[in-house]
Amino acid sequence: MSSVDDAAALAAGGGAAADRGRSPAAPRLWLGGLAASAVWLAAAALTALWPETEEWVRTGEFASLLAVVGGALAFAVPLLRLLGAVGERLRAAAPWLVVLALGVIGWELVTAKLDLLPRPFFAPPQALLEVYLDEWPRLLECTVASLQLLLLGYGIGAFVGFVTGVSIGWSRAVGYWVHPVLRLIGPLPATAWLPIAFFAFPSSWSASVFLIALATGVPVTILTWSGVAGVNPAYYDIARTLGASSRFLVLKVAVPAAMPHVFVGLFMGLGASFAVLVVAEMMGVKAGLGWYLQWAQGWAAYANMYAALLVMALVCSSLVTLLFKARDRLLAWQKGLLKW
Amino acid sequence: MVALEQELPAGLELEVQGVSHAFDLHGAPLPVLNSVGLHAKPGEFVALLGPSGCGKSTLLRLVAGLEPPRAGRILADGLPITGPHPSRVVVFQDPTLYPWRTVWDNVALGLEAQGVLRQRRNRVDEALRLVGLDGFAKAYPHQLSGGMAQRAALARALVNDPRLLVLDEPLGKLDSLTRIQMQGEIVALWRRAGFTTLLVTHDVEEALLMATRVIVFSERPARIKAEIAVDRPYPRHRDDPVLVDLRHKALELLGLAGSW
Repeated sequence: MSSVDDAAALAAGGGAAADRGRSPAAPRLWLGGLAASAVWLAAAALTALWPETEEWVRTGEFASLLAVVGGALAFAVPLLRLLGAVGERLRAAAPWLVVLALGVIGWELVTAKLDLLPRPFFAPPQALLEVYLDEWPRLLECTVASLQLLLLGYGIGAFVGFVTGVSIGWSRAVGYWVHPVLRLIGPLPATAWLPIAFFAFPSSWSASVFLIALATGVPVTILTWSGVAGVNPAYYDIARTLGASSRFLVLKVAVPAAMPHVFVGLFMGLGASFAVLVVAEMMGVKAGLGWYLQWAQGWAAYANMYAALLVMALVCSSLVTLLFKARDRLLAWQKGLLKW
Repeated sequence: MVALEQELPAGLELEVQGVSHAFDLHGAPLPVLNSVGLHAKPGEFVALLGPSGCGKSTLLRLVAGLEPPRAGRILADGLPITGPHPSRVVVFQDPTLYPWRTVWDNVALGLEAQGVLRQRRNRVDEALRLVGLDGFAKAYPHQLSGGMAQRAALARALVNDPRLLVLDEPLGKLDSLTRIQMQGEIVALWRRAGFTTLLVTHDVEEALLMATRVIVFSERPARIKAEIAVDRPYPRHRDDPVLVDLRHKALELLGLAGSW
């Protein structure tokens, strides 16, 4: 907390030094917010007023957007206390808000205003805004297509991997047959199967589902297995003396005890599935964000590429966040969980 | 069937006949029990006293049915023990509560495993009250102190209405104050419920304070050295001259005569 305050003070400049001497009971002016608001408004003014070397269509809208953020921050300064938890988060985010606006100013200067970067490859922020305003139906369509492919493949891979991992960990016979196969195939990157998968499956879409499932399934299998194999044998003794059946030992002892490991596998699988998704969409599937990236690059539409890349980052980050939230709920009993 | 069960006495009759057992250590058998025989009458409190690592805990695993003995027989109410059964419950030295379950769910484990939790939910609350944990039903194990965790483990055993309670140094890792307190609590529970109790310990005083009979084991491979009947009323006091005498006798049997 204090480091955040320090950073906010740093961003707000010398004014914060005097702030420190005051008693905490006195209503404090939110200097970080004031500074952030000022920088956002400055970015808006710079975007709107500085003449461009070549006219961009959405410069006006982009400047308005920046002004709205700056105005909202200015409004939030006196109201911060009334905003409650949101206000607290806003206060903590003040240094980031300042830096973001400074980043926008820098980006604006080196692209649209001063033309320091080579033309078609580097687009100004208003070009991205243009893509979002004009192309959003297509981007949405691509996002939905990517999510469908990813979630289906990931779901199948996670489920099969989980069941396989529990089986190997529990049954010596299953372990005997599956373990060597896993050892041979597991380390192979799923993308290595790409050429085979594309002719072995009826469509590139179903091939991609298979590849994503494979990429997800291997880490989930191995981590689930190691989780089940590592269960404290005393847990089984306890349950057995209390009259537990084998079914109970698997479902109510081995599986919950292995869950922390399973989640590590699910995280690794999610990362691998993103990689395979993008490659599959670039190589064969005629839809999705990976395909859009490739297509945009083919038309030298670099602004579209950046726009799609940003969407992709947001989607992947949201999925990871979602998985973390699910884990936090399910493993609430664990101490010292990593917070995402 | 139900009527028959109710006619049985609260305590189980346990007979250990000529039991020998060994572990495989690096391919060679390591004998841990050497023709051990003992008989616990229903409702008796028998303490198994011996040096650390002598094989007492192994005997408990055999009695619990977690492993079959290599030689000899163990009978519960005259029938050979073939596997674990909820009428014979073990409390281990480590509470080994499941960290992913709340205290309530941990105590409910046996009833859930036997598929009777729905009918007997109130037994879980009762068992928690009995060990003084009724305020901690929703806590997770990592939030409990050592003594509280061991109390929860005790409740997890008691909720099954055991006829034989097997205690494997259950107080071994507790601080001395909690230990003294729980010794009294366990004796009170035993006297109320009437189950047969088998307590493994290496603490002479604890054995004499709690048990009606103390069986002294030798070093590994364990065999029975002597039996001491502790015919004193409860609650017992540490400085009872009879117990002090018995303590001397027990320590002498353990080869520690001069150390008290």
